[in-house]
Amino acid sequence: MQNPGEPKPVAYLDNAATTPVRQVAIDAMVPMMSNCFANPSGAHRMAREARRALDDARDVLAPGLGCEPGDIVFTAGGTEADNLAIIGAHQRHGGIVVCPAAEHHAVLHAVEHCGGTVVATDNQGRVDLAALAEVLTPEVTLVSVMLANNESGVVQSLDPVADLIAEQAPNALLHTDAVQAFPWIDVATAAARADMISISAHKFGGPKGVGALVVREGVDIAPQLIGGGQERDRRSGTQNVPGIVAMAAAAQEMLATRDETVARIAAQRDRLVDGLVEAVDGMIETAVVNGDRSQKVAGSCHVCVEGVESEALLVLLERENIFGSAASSCSSGAQDPSHVLAAMGIERSMAGGSLRLSLGFATTDAEIEHALAVVPAVFDRLKMFG
Amino acid sequence: MARVLCAMSGGVDSSVAAALLRDEGHEVTGVTMKLWGGDSDTGCCSVSDVDDARRVADQLGIEHHVFNFGEDFEKWVVGPYVADHQAGRTPNPCIECNRHIKFDRLLERAEVLEFDYVATGHHAKVVRADDGTLLLGRGYDYAKDQSYVLHMLDQIQLAKLLLPIGSMTKDRVRELAAGYGMRTASKPDSQDVCFITSVQGRGKFLEERINLTPGRIVDTDGSQVGQVEGVQLVTIGQRKGLDVGGHATPRYVVDIDVPTSTITLGTKNDLLTNVTALTNAEWSAGAVSGNVLVQTNAHGDTATAVLGADSITWDKPHRKIAAGQSLVFYRQDPEHGELVVGGATATKR
Repeated sequence: MQNPGEPKPVAYLDNAATTPVRQVAIDAMVPMMSNCFANPSGAHRMAREARRALDDARDVLAPGLGCEPGDIVFTAGGTEADNLAIIGAHQRHGGIVVCPAAEHHAVLHAVEHCGGTVVATDNQGRVDLAALAEVLTPEVTLVSVMLANNESGVVQSLDPVADLIAEQAPNALLHTDAVQAFPWIDVATAAARADMISISAHKFGGPKGVGALVVREGVDIAPQLIGGGQERDRRSGTQNVPGIVAMAAAAQEMLATRDETVARIAAQRDRLVDGLVEAVDGMIETAVVNGDRSQKVAGSCHVCVEGVESEALLVLLERENIFGSAASSCSSGAQDPSHVLAAMGIERSMAGGSLRLSLGFATTDAEIEHALAVVPAVFDRLKMFG
Repeated sequence: MARVLCAMSGGVDSSVAAALLRDEGHEVTGVTMKLWGGDSDTGCCSVSDVDDARRVADQLGIEHHVFNFGEDFEKWVVGPYVADHQAGRTPNPCIECNRHIKFDRLLERAEVLEFDYVATGHHAKVVRADDGTLLLGRGYDYAKDQSYVLHMLDQIQLAKLLLPIGSMTKDRVRELAAGYGMRTASKPDSQDVCFITSVQGRGKFLEERINLTPGRIVDTDGSQVGQVEGVQLVTIGQRKGLDVGGHATPRYVVDIDVPTSTITLGTKNDLLTNVTALTNAEWSAGAVSGNVLVQTNAHGDTATAVLGADSITWDKPHRKIAAGQSLVFYRQDPEHGELVVGGATATKR
């Protein structure tokens, strides 16, 4: 029991939305605002110092992404990276762009914006290869398939997608949104066959508002921001040097500790999911068959209970200092019905009672304990009204 | 001190309602409902209105949530609104929103979340009669009174409802808002149906959603005088937009018959009736009959009538009421003024 006066325990379990910023990232960022503040495009020594910090950041990130430093285009985050890849490719090459229905909105809406084709997924949210095969033709100029899903945490292999493209759509570029995958899996290997890769700093302990698109040598896309020609004419605008340097510092620490983090967090996650499923009648773990979580990223716990309303659930959890999420939040802050769960064929009554508790590198055992102590009672209360 | 969930639309009334409750010492949580995803002039669904509500809540130091009742709004308000028009009725969507969203879904959500009360910024009052019965009274500011759109509230709902600004004028509300330094202090009042924009208008909204039936326009003697593209877009009492000229006296729509697609025009006198048929009567605290005051639209005057089992008989001939419109019944109370006793829907018989 908690002693009176003791602060209520907190469980921040929304790391798929954003993670806390790593101390190494904060430490790397501050000098870029105090001493090394110059514009990296300048001609003088102070500018060259800022420029060097940018190029060092590229060198740090490149091995983790399996690319050359020069392939990295810094952006203002994952959404911009996805937009640049898809709209940039479509503008340059025309034709048809394609993605599966469970992609993040930054991809899905960009593909729709280009008049592209959205294909079905299987019941785990991975692209339905038969459906993809039906639409792949020489007219297709880009296929975008995410590595790990932001809601379900399900990882998909790009190999069969790349094989299909090679057979049927020789003119298509392969883009992957690796925003959710990078903190958990070896993107350098998993995305080796992708022509473009998106990442976002704040999913792995970097600051918000900074990300990158890998554009491999020879891949031609139209810039979406036009101006001074920074980032080799692929993304104009003075670079966010503090953010980029902090992203690289976060990536460096993340990459050095990823294997250890994955093992530790996967064990915490398993304890959380197993504990919840055991304690809550009718709770189903999303996208997991026979308890095999090997196809999910380590930090993802996603469950559904029929007849419960996620909005009410989140309010009750928040009162107990448990911070999670349900579907994707819309711009007003309301919870919109999940397009990912819909793509997976999950009934609306079931999807309406979804809960995503996402763990991150900073998640502690105490947070898992707190969640296990509180979440089942909250579900029970809601089911009383269901 | 109670736990109160205050519905905050982002307008001035609900902003002040939340502030007053907080100042009374209640534990107040603000909530903005996201109801409509389409275009809107302001209503209560646009992101900027949610922002206003959130910023007022921030200023007041209270929690604020956004609940997405969009699917319910489509099911209970927009869908029936379109279906009613398709069938030739003239519905009141604000009443259906109060009935199904604010005082059903939101009230239920408040109960789940262990709130004692739901509060809104409506101009109306909950009063307790000597026998303990709860009744809805007109707002102190009769010009802004909203009891008409809240008439469906029953004893259980009234017992859970707080209306903090019902006992003051709108000017006083704005004055208080200015005193709090609220960003919403001089925000214009919301107008009309929140899911229909002034640019698009009701006609365009409906044209996109219903199958319009072309119809004949006839005079009271049965002779055809014109035609319309959609009988569903015509309303009882309508004078303009029918392109039928050449009459010495103004002509009004005095009857709409959807099954035969016939619009009948007549004089102002033909628009009058002694009896209006009713359906779906509901009562604040038990059925009422006999002499009542009747209000037939959101901002109208009242008329006296005798309420029967399934109709009312007007004391003086009354303008015909479009099928689908709500009639709200009031009685005069010496202490509390005019009180809602119930309501019903006008129907065609």
